[in-house]
Amino acid sequence: MTGISALGFDLILAALILGAGLFAITVRDLFGAVVFFIVYGVFVAIAWLRLGAIDVALTEAALGAGLTGVLLIGAVARLSRVTTPAGNNTSDEMRRPPAGARLASMVVAGSISGVLGWAFLSLPDSTGLRDAVADNLAVSGSANPVTAVLINFRGWDTLLESVVLLAALVGLWSLARDRDWGRRAGLRQHARPGGVMATFGRLLPPFGLLLGVYLVWAGSSYPGGAFQGGTVLAAVWLLIMMAGLMPVPRMVSVGLRAVLVAGPLVFLGIGIAGAMAGTFLGLPPTYAKPLILTIEAALTLSIAATLALLVLGTPDPSP
Amino acid sequence: MITSATIFGLCGAALIGLGLYGFVTQVHLLRRLLAFNVIGSGIFLLFGATAARTPTGATDPVPQALIITGIVVALAATALGVGLVLAYVRISGKACLPEDADTIDGGPHPSSHEDPPE
Repeated sequence: MTGISALGFDLILAALILGAGLFAITVRDLFGAVVFFIVYGVFVAIAWLRLGAIDVALTEAALGAGLTGVLLIGAVARLSRVTTPAGNNTSDEMRRPPAGARLASMVVAGSISGVLGWAFLSLPDSTGLRDAVADNLAVSGSANPVTAVLINFRGWDTLLESVVLLAALVGLWSLARDRDWGRRAGLRQHARPGGVMATFGRLLPPFGLLLGVYLVWAGSSYPGGAFQGGTVLAAVWLLIMMAGLMPVPRMVSVGLRAVLVAGPLVFLGIGIAGAMAGTFLGLPPTYAKPLILTIEAALTLSIAATLALLVLGTPDPSP
Repeated sequence: MITSATIFGLCGAALIGLGLYGFVTQVHLLRRLLAFNVIGSGIFLLFGATAARTPTGATDPVPQALIITGIVVALAATALGVGLVLAYVRISGKACLPEDADTIDGGPHPSSHEDPPE
């Protein structure tokens, strides 16, 4: 796409993003708002493609639109289960602040957008760190600059991120009530045998597995990587569990916890080995590629398990 | 010349304002979480567009890696937020905070300060 048609496409896409975002915030029906938010995520993923950030587009499509959607739809289902018997609280939650306060919020939010837009337009041109990354790509062990930054140049960020994921899961699990502890995580799954869910649960996982593993493997040279692949694998696992073809693991399972910590541990271990050789998290150029693949493989497993369990949430409260 | 980066940078700036408006005016906690996510993706879009403002079109890989990290952390935070909302609703029977029930149209709701049912 060149020239005027590309400009038109971008303008329409930006309008669709803003429209879906607006509906996700203002639609009265909570389920409708969640559906608009999922659509919004898909549009944003396309915007990332237009910006040439394919790795981000893959992550946004899989996480922002995919897993977040499952998480939020599950949350709406659980909320309606908890609040419907109580009855009259829906009117309370649908009420809005007075018109004056809404107008004031609109003016303040609009000004913030305006100032940010003005700041964005008046930024000086800069090549950023693109050239620095390109110059060192040969010794990074990865031909995909984004993977090189994630695992090698800024490995510290990614290591801590995998720990943040674990911390979020620990935080979520600590919200479970004592009597629910040790039960299976998340809602009890009901899938009608022979129904759509059960059929898709058998049909899609082989393709999902192939795609997930491919994304991790390809991530060392092309767009893809541990996060994108891990998210697809998490989705496959969730689908199988939702279709009732595999039991949801118990939160106390030792094997499950070993998988959860494997990624950060392997990453940290290689980082400490690097510290012995000179630099913490430094990958020697001769071994960089196999080390990156090892880290990515372990991280993928842990990320897939952690994301799936974060989406499942705490055990359904016993009646 | 108007490029994709310009359009989506401004779109990101608009999304931050939109999300902020929703975050302030919505009282339902799950809706606030949605609005918070709109703010987040607006920030990512603004940041990513800043990294893409070049005639060559190649996006800077360092911001891309940071944004990927950000998206994953945003999901983790959202999942924790959903868990907190569900736990709050389980205890209080309501999906909005008591101070919000007081400030919205019509003054205090008679049931906004009732004790938890458990």
